[in-house]
Amino acid sequence: MTNMEKYINAFKESLEIDDSIITDELAFDSIPEWDSVGHMRLMASLEDTFDIMFETEDIMDFSSLGKGKEILKKYNVDL
Amino acid sequence: MIFDQLERFGDNTAVIDCAEKRWSFIDLVDQSDKIADYMDSRTLMFILSKNHIQVVAAYVGALRKGVVPLLLSADIQIELLNNLVDIYKPQYIWGEKNSVELAGNIIFSNDEYQLLQTEFQPFDIHENLAVLLSTSGTTGSPKLVRQSVKNIESNTTAIINYLKLTPKDRAITTLPLYYTYGLSILQTQLVSGGSIVLTEASIFERKFWDLLIKYEVTNFGGVPYTYEMLKRLRFSRMEIPSLRFITQAGGKLSPDISADFARVCAQKGIAYITMYGASEATARMSYLPADKAEEKAGSIGIAIPGGRFELEDVEGNIVTSFGDNGELVYYGDNVTMGYAVCREDLLKGDENKGILHTGDIAFKDEDGYFYITGRKKRFLKIFGNRVSLDSVEDYLKSKGYLSCACAGVDDKLTVYSEDKIDAKEVCGLLSEYTHIHSSAFSVKFVSEIPRNNAGKILYEKLKDMKL
Repeated sequence: MTNMEKYINAFKESLEIDDSIITDELAFDSIPEWDSVGHMRLMASLEDTFDIMFETEDIMDFSSLGKGKEILKKYNVDL
Repeated sequence: MIFDQLERFGDNTAVIDCAEKRWSFIDLVDQSDKIADYMDSRTLMFILSKNHIQVVAAYVGALRKGVVPLLLSADIQIELLNNLVDIYKPQYIWGEKNSVELAGNIIFSNDEYQLLQTEFQPFDIHENLAVLLSTSGTTGSPKLVRQSVKNIESNTTAIINYLKLTPKDRAITTLPLYYTYGLSILQTQLVSGGSIVLTEASIFERKFWDLLIKYEVTNFGGVPYTYEMLKRLRFSRMEIPSLRFITQAGGKLSPDISADFARVCAQKGIAYITMYGASEATARMSYLPADKAEEKAGSIGIAIPGGRFELEDVEGNIVTSFGDNGELVYYGDNVTMGYAVCREDLLKGDENKGILHTGDIAFKDEDGYFYITGRKKRFLKIFGNRVSLDSVEDYLKSKGYLSCACAGVDDKLTVYSEDKIDAKEVCGLLSEYTHIHSSAFSVKFVSEIPRNNAGKILYEKLKDMKL
């Protein structure tokens, strides 16, 4: 699996959502599945998947699927 | 009533609203009384609640006027709201403009909110009844808790006393106001002359922390899940000099995490206070003093000032020896009048007489600190919300899932099914019904749900079953 596939998979599994709504614009609080409980699961899943540990700021700034891609660059994850 | 004297705090800040507008106590009282002026005393009012200044004002106004409010989530499903309206026949409904279509006349409105007068005639309400709260804020259950003036006064005073609240204290909302813990934070802040920052932002949003720092917030509360989020945000590394104390209630946090927070907070000079309560006891029944937070991590502490605990065995005898389990029974003026399941119940007097059988199983250590070990009643705490397992089962049956049984642990409800059902669909349904994230639910398939000869489900066996 490529890193991008792993990234998308983390969204699908931790938020329990389908491919159909996966876009860069998918944002925190825009769907019921991505509320604070979903966010918690998503952060845990990404940390496990890429073996990283997010800084506080990055957990707060992780506001959309697209924004998350930028944040992961900081942790040297090439998507 | 607790809010009758708010004017005496004058120009002190009472509320900072979601638009960061400052409301003094005079401003708040003016707005509250303006709304209340349109209502008759001793009537019933529904408030569709968000963490908004207009909700705070309506609540304060209702209590000052002697109108009995029922706080409900503004996100309540319309069918559930209609059901509650049919059962309780409120005279007034306060909510955001154009939020719901309900029959009646709009008799007052401002920029954001409107007061709807229904066609229902007022009916007799018990003279001591002050506030109604839903036993489960999320499922729209018609079972309500009846809180008296005395209940609210006594609990508010006790909390202010043990948290040592002063006019310098300022809270920020982390919980909804229709939730008894969130409401109690609002009440104790206002009555002690302190203030509260209202926000709908979650602690995962930068905005929340910006507000907290900008307005020099001194305290907030959280359910176990809030603390798990704080841990992930690495609260230990945050610098928030204004923070004086944080409270944890709404369910049992794992003793490990609790001890972690006790240590971290002690280093930062923040008091970390675990509390225990229920809407049936207005809000709070016990607290664990900050200086015992680490030593007694996992304990719910000691009874609040003016309250007392006893442990009862199955025969109703008092358990006196340390370490022995019994049902936790609470005695105090904050034990509410009882439940209501229909409109006529609002005329009932005090049925509990100051005694609450909590349904929790606990023991007491040699220093008199209580520890909860189990539960007599069939409910789970999911992300701080009480979810009745029987009502979830009933709901599933009503949706055609006939051979299901529900069990689980806090934050994780399991539906056991004999039939092959669509797990994702069921979890989605339950999420919609409870307003709780679908990850809290799972489905397991069993060949047969274990029952006794009378056909009663053996839930304990269910949990141990091989799948």
